[in-house]
Amino acid sequence: MDINVAQLFQTINLATIMPEIILSVMAMALLLVNVFVPSKSKGYLAWLSLAGLVAAGYTAATGWGLNIPSFSGSVVLDNFAIFFKLIFVVAAGLTVLISDQYMEREGCNQGELYPLILFTTVGMMLMASGTDMMTIFLGLELMSISLYVLAGFNRANIKSNESGLKYFLLGAFSTGFLLYGMALVYGATGTTRIAKIAEAAAKMGAPDTMLLIGALLILTGFAFKIAAVPFHMWTPDVYEGAPTPITALMSTGPKAAGFAAFLRMFLVAFPVMKADWSDLIWIMAVLTMTVGNIIALRQDNIKRMLAYSSIAHAGYALVGFAAANTTGTAGILFYMLTYAFMNIGAFAVVVVLGKQGESNGNVQDFAGLAHKRPALAAIMTLFLFSLAGIPPTAGFIGKFYLFSAAVQEGYVWLAIIGVLNSAASVYYYLRVMVFMYMKPAEEEFGWVKVTAPITLALVVAGVATLALGIVPSYLLQLAETAVKLI
Amino acid sequence: MSNILSVMTFLPILGVLLLLFIPKESKGALRGVAMLTTIATFAVSLPILTGFQTNADFQFVENVPWIAAGPFAMRYNIGIDGISLWLVILTTFIMPIAVLSTWTAVEEKVKAYMICLLLLETGMLGAFISLDLFLFYIFWEVMLIPMYFMIGIWGGKNRIYAAVKFFIYTMVGSLLMLVALIYLYFLGTKAGITDFSLLHFFDLKVDPATQTWLFLAFALAFAIKVPMFPLHTWLPDAHTEAPTAGSVILAAIMLKMGTYGYVRFAMPLFPEATHQFTPLIATLAVIGIIYAALVAMVQEDVKKLVAYSSVAHLGFVMLGVFSLNEQGVVGGMLQMLNHGVSTGALFLIVGFIYERRHTRLITDFGGLSKQMPVFATIFMIVTLSSVGLPGTNGFVGEFLILIGAFESSLRWYAVIASSGVIFAAVYMLWMFQRVMFGELDNPKNQVLKDLNLREIAIMVPLIVLIFVMGVYPNPFIEKMTPSVQKVIAKARIEPVATAKAVAPVTVQPEAAPAHPAAEKPAGH
Repeated sequence: MDINVAQLFQTINLATIMPEIILSVMAMALLLVNVFVPSKSKGYLAWLSLAGLVAAGYTAATGWGLNIPSFSGSVVLDNFAIFFKLIFVVAAGLTVLISDQYMEREGCNQGELYPLILFTTVGMMLMASGTDMMTIFLGLELMSISLYVLAGFNRANIKSNESGLKYFLLGAFSTGFLLYGMALVYGATGTTRIAKIAEAAAKMGAPDTMLLIGALLILTGFAFKIAAVPFHMWTPDVYEGAPTPITALMSTGPKAAGFAAFLRMFLVAFPVMKADWSDLIWIMAVLTMTVGNIIALRQDNIKRMLAYSSIAHAGYALVGFAAANTTGTAGILFYMLTYAFMNIGAFAVVVVLGKQGESNGNVQDFAGLAHKRPALAAIMTLFLFSLAGIPPTAGFIGKFYLFSAAVQEGYVWLAIIGVLNSAASVYYYLRVMVFMYMKPAEEEFGWVKVTAPITLALVVAGVATLALGIVPSYLLQLAETAVKLI
Repeated sequence: MSNILSVMTFLPILGVLLLLFIPKESKGALRGVAMLTTIATFAVSLPILTGFQTNADFQFVENVPWIAAGPFAMRYNIGIDGISLWLVILTTFIMPIAVLSTWTAVEEKVKAYMICLLLLETGMLGAFISLDLFLFYIFWEVMLIPMYFMIGIWGGKNRIYAAVKFFIYTMVGSLLMLVALIYLYFLGTKAGITDFSLLHFFDLKVDPATQTWLFLAFALAFAIKVPMFPLHTWLPDAHTEAPTAGSVILAAIMLKMGTYGYVRFAMPLFPEATHQFTPLIATLAVIGIIYAALVAMVQEDVKKLVAYSSVAHLGFVMLGVFSLNEQGVVGGMLQMLNHGVSTGALFLIVGFIYERRHTRLITDFGGLSKQMPVFATIFMIVTLSSVGLPGTNGFVGEFLILIGAFESSLRWYAVIASSGVIFAAVYMLWMFQRVMFGELDNPKNQVLKDLNLREIAIMVPLIVLIFVMGVYPNPFIEKMTPSVQKVIAKARIEPVATAKAVAPVTVQPEAAPAHPAAEKPAGH
């Protein structure tokens, strides 16, 4: 690379990475606070993290429409990145709100949790902002390594250990693919800048074999991160074993980050090869939706069920990717945001109902909830309907745009497979409602505790799920503006 | 009041909000608020009826932008015409009756039940008045949710199976319709249509091959809802398990969504495909009429019998609607109302005896007329109306349908369907005889009490309607005729001569001689 240091400094604009800076500083400060402020309760750390996240989100939002590249074009703060950053803030913010109660109950309320969540968020943000393969890779590693620790955070629980180790091994494996792919792409084009790769690829005319293989390997790497079939094998065990709030985070934030980098790489760097990769994505979307849904039908454990359903949801988003038009990509952005609300909302209810040692995690344990706690059951119902894609919820609008994108591009069959999958998924979401509303409790619920932070998370997620289903216009337009620049 | 339709549609939601603030122990207050809400909704709907001008236009229209993003623009576009008018009135009319019928039947979770009922009302009204395809879809789906809970929570033994079956069946159909709807929209955007308003799509020329697919997707969704043979299997389950109010609403209003869907959407949007599929749909309708009648005959459960009779009745409606002439469609529309009134009443009646005896098996009864004379009289009237005795509403509808079908290309179907009328008399009267006449030998039946005042009050409006619509159906027919003519004009294939060279129009060659009336330009 022919950049000298003086030039490099000229192009540095710290404002572009201000959200990341805020979060990193906050994370480090929290590590210190955790040591020097002796307190048994760690709840205040959650509020401090939330403050940091809100500040980062606000800073990011002020950059809307500015589109500032920095670090000689390896990072950019454009609308696309900002939209994703807001998704990450939502996901991480809701996660910190539901963490305290869970960690307290499971006896692993170490203060390091919150800095780790913030660091993983920084990683996600860099992935969304990165316009250079190296930046994206660094972001991905920062995100992943923090997540490996978070997945195994409940040291005393053997399943959590398994989850962390499994995630680490398979994650490292997939990173290998990604890195190899990036190396090949660099070899073929002589640059790691996404925009320059696009120029080089366009000049080649007929796609170069090395470039194609590189793109394919990159696709594999990202497919691991978004848990697309056939690279989904790690998901159920990791999701089931990880502490529930972390599962909530993993199924939303990193998935969105994966899509952010995936979209930017493929739509900016490899549009000339679209004919080659769009069929692959088509097949992957079908497999991901179908496999995720079919296996989810058989799950009794609610975390596992949500894990498989999360695979299916990645499949729906891939439908928009396969279409690769504005409707589809904007649809992915919108869907990832709504998915963060509805999925973490559902996990919040799982956290509330869980008992020590994760002993209360089966669908059967939801029996009779509607009598005992009608409000809790009602809001869970809202999240489940939204996940199932039934109006008037955000999940429906999201799916509508994704499937519309497919129809718009002439992929009618893809849309049909998508809606049939939605119909199948209704069954397992309804099953939870059947237990909540239509079956009597098998044993006494005992006292279900809903702490203030969780209440806040439930209300925010619930209001957003409903509001984005009834008046989605504004956010859809934002999403559309966000994808126009890339 | 310019937004009277919105007020009517969302008034029940206001009731729901009120209900949320009433503690669940005060059942009386909960019932009262629900009752008042439905009555208020009915009251609001009356000025719509009186203010309705008898012409083919959509009236009380409200049209404001709602969602605009990407390639789509959805509008909150509602309005009413002769086709939806009576269905809306039927809905607001049936709802207070449904609420009143739950007074003593539902003792558990009254609050949730009333919330479900009111949400359901908003969903149904919204679906009938939507003039925006997307908005229609939203309401169409929203209806499912409260009905699912009503069947699943307050239903009988097998309620969970029935509820899930109901939900998934309807969902599969409607999701395919959603894809068709999106496809249609993108076809429209190529022709310059910029939003989901139904009226724009009426003028859209879709090539016949595409029409076939789109029609199939719409028709499937509606056929499941109607339900048409062989997609009817969810209905007996849902009806048998649902609580009385659920069955009443399901039969009286929700099934009409399907037939309404054909008249409002599938037929005028895809005329060539309608023509192409008429024989198939008529065949299924006739099979439904005969098959459901035969199955009804052997039912041991009164409620299941009534459920199957619904399938047969709606077969008649479909036959009439697909005759595509004025008598047929008007007859079909009228029969929808008749079915709503008489089958709704039948389900209420079944509810009355179920509440007393906690059984619905025909063999558990016998000789009830001696013990319950008022009940017997009311039951008799409703049974005769369901059978289609002249002087009751059922006769007018069925007669018009058969005439319409006979005069159209469906002549032989009409001939076969007529036997269904006889079958209906057989199973209904036989059931009536076994339940009401004979020996009053079961000791449990000997202590049965006759209908109380509340129950009579529930039935009286329905009985009055049965006779009014039977003796003087003109006001009903008059108000719907212009809109029906408009639909027929749209649904019939325009002959080549009148088609301008704007878009390719393909005409089935055999259509023109069969329908001399279609030679007229398909204006309004």
